[in-house]
Amino acid sequence: MKHRIKRSLMPFGALLPTWLAVVLVYIGAMVWTLRLSFTNSRIFPTDHYVGFAQYEKLLSSSKWMAAAGNLVVFGVLYIAGCLVIGFLLAAALDRQVRFESLFRTIFLYPYAMSFVVTGLIWQWLMNPLLGVQASVQAWGWSGFSFDLLSSRELAIYGVVIAGVWQGAGLVMVMMLAGMRGIDTEQWRAARIDGIPVWRTYVSVVLPQLGPALAAVSTILTMGVIKTYDLVVAITNGGPGTATEVPAKFIMDNLFQRQNLGLATAAAVMLLMSVLIVVAPFRFVSSMRARRKAGVL
Amino acid sequence: MKLASLLLAGVAFAATTGMAAAEDLKAEVFTSWTTGGELKAADAIKQAFEARGGTWETSSVAGFENANAAFQNRMMAGDPPAAKQVVIGMEQREYIDGGLYMPITKVAEAGHWADVMPKAIYDNVTFDGEVYEVPTGIHGESWMFYSMAAFKKAGIEAAPADWDSFFADMDKLKAAGLTPIAWGGQSWQETKVFNMILLSQVGLDGFRKIYIDRDAAAIKSEGVRKTLEIFGKLRGYIDEGAAGRNWNDATAMVIKGTAGVQFMGDWAKGEFSNAGETAGVDYGCALAPASPGMIYIGDAFAFPNLKGAEAAQDLLAEVVMDPKVQVAFSLAKGSIPVRTDVDTSQFDVCTQQAITLMNDGKIVPEHAITLTLEQTGMLTDFVGDFFSNPEADLDDAMESFAEVFE
Repeated sequence: MKHRIKRSLMPFGALLPTWLAVVLVYIGAMVWTLRLSFTNSRIFPTDHYVGFAQYEKLLSSSKWMAAAGNLVVFGVLYIAGCLVIGFLLAAALDRQVRFESLFRTIFLYPYAMSFVVTGLIWQWLMNPLLGVQASVQAWGWSGFSFDLLSSRELAIYGVVIAGVWQGAGLVMVMMLAGMRGIDTEQWRAARIDGIPVWRTYVSVVLPQLGPALAAVSTILTMGVIKTYDLVVAITNGGPGTATEVPAKFIMDNLFQRQNLGLATAAAVMLLMSVLIVVAPFRFVSSMRARRKAGVL
Repeated sequence: MKLASLLLAGVAFAATTGMAAAEDLKAEVFTSWTTGGELKAADAIKQAFEARGGTWETSSVAGFENANAAFQNRMMAGDPPAAKQVVIGMEQREYIDGGLYMPITKVAEAGHWADVMPKAIYDNVTFDGEVYEVPTGIHGESWMFYSMAAFKKAGIEAAPADWDSFFADMDKLKAAGLTPIAWGGQSWQETKVFNMILLSQVGLDGFRKIYIDRDAAAIKSEGVRKTLEIFGKLRGYIDEGAAGRNWNDATAMVIKGTAGVQFMGDWAKGEFSNAGETAGVDYGCALAPASPGMIYIGDAFAFPNLKGAEAAQDLLAEVVMDPKVQVAFSLAKGSIPVRTDVDTSQFDVCTQQAITLMNDGKIVPEHAITLTLEQTGMLTDFVGDFFSNPEADLDDAMESFAEVFE
């Protein structure tokens, strides 16, 4: 009996530091942020509560609304772009091409770079006087235009392109790993039945990549929410405030504008929107798991 | 017994040396100065400070915003440096109201700062009757630098004196196949150009009414509308690579003669002189067209409360205002000494002109000196959005401008 208690205490003891870190650092910081978002704190935290004033200010701020809108546009296009291109790259490599490992390295390489480096590279590539546009025009196609970053409407797509360039390699690697796990018998059966290759990928392979897809989507989504350095490096939110994103809005208000109250309110809003998006998914998947286990 | 007394003696010895170290005139100076000219300027203060027995310790973080963020973290952690390079005026208001800075009023009174500094600048470093900052120099930031070669190629004889002739000259530059305006497409640079035009349209008093008094009538005046019109017209005279361009890259266009003019602060002169160009020969400097005076921004040191560092802080404040240090610093940095009683013979033509304007009181503070950091941010957003949107409506823009001051 005594022995058994001792035994069950051991994993608890081992996990205790992690639990403390989670409770104090994560939850604690969240509660602290929530508290500050109801105060009129400027540079220092104060106890002067102002109710929802900071939230009202936030929602009436055209800059915040633009930032939120940009996050949606960027998020959808970035994740979709990474998944599609990553899957195509994986499928191409899956066809037993020569120099596969070389290509794999090349395609994954951008992911090893920091967002700041990616941002600077693409800023140069998209600069109309230095980059792709200037080169193609110098080759003789004088009407060629690749000038996304100067335009208020198009600049966000420039950011998407840079993001996809970086993120697609990761998707490729994870998909490729998933494809390699698929039984080769299925391929043989498909060939005997005369099913075209693309159809096999879409109807047979893709459905079996569910776990890999879920994992990679989660990673990409987290990347979207905290997008800051990519935007700072490519456009710094410009032209004007056309490519502002929530994380940059928060950082600006935290430091440059010394407005702790508004910054924390924006952080809480961001957390809420993440919960609204993630919660239904979690709910559905946990229901499914229970059903499988026969509880329901 | 013997061992114990020996130990005791050791402790006592350590304590006395510790105290001696505390009385040391050591100051950790926190700045964002990292370029050649800036370091040389800081060195002028360091030399004088160490000649009077101080020990100078440099803490530099490149980039204004990065330096401020790092400083903010150190203040929060209760580990401030002895001195911090700041912008005069409202930038440090929150820290001063929070009682985190040490006033240096006694040093200011002993040195008769009020008598040797222009009143406007003395007011910028005084908060509720106490002096908190010691200015190292001010920068004139409403300059139009132009390439002599480009002007010659386009057949322009002199810097335009008003906006109509300015646009006529820009058309000539365009016709000559040059980029008329070397434009830095970052909101903070655009805001400086906006301010230059505003000063030319509303005058010195109007400018003060808007940015210091936040007078509602002045903010909605016809001058502001005219400013927006002229400012918007500039969109037609910039090149397609302007978005996000750094100010020094824009200066390089004027140096190479591929662009005609650049609107920028006097720090751009450092780029010209590094390229071996001389003011008045290779490039010209003039105030922005139709300017009745000059807009300024100023650097200063402020002194966080730090036990044991008071003597070093007082000494540093005294050294910075020393006439010789003021001149040496500004010569290296390209700024203007804040003392009206120094020898100005060594400065170039542009600075001489700026000094005359300062002594005549024809200077107005930049928005960053008189507005809160949040308002400054809103103004920058407003200007950047207006300029980047060719379809921007003037009435809407007038309203957005007024919102900055609410």
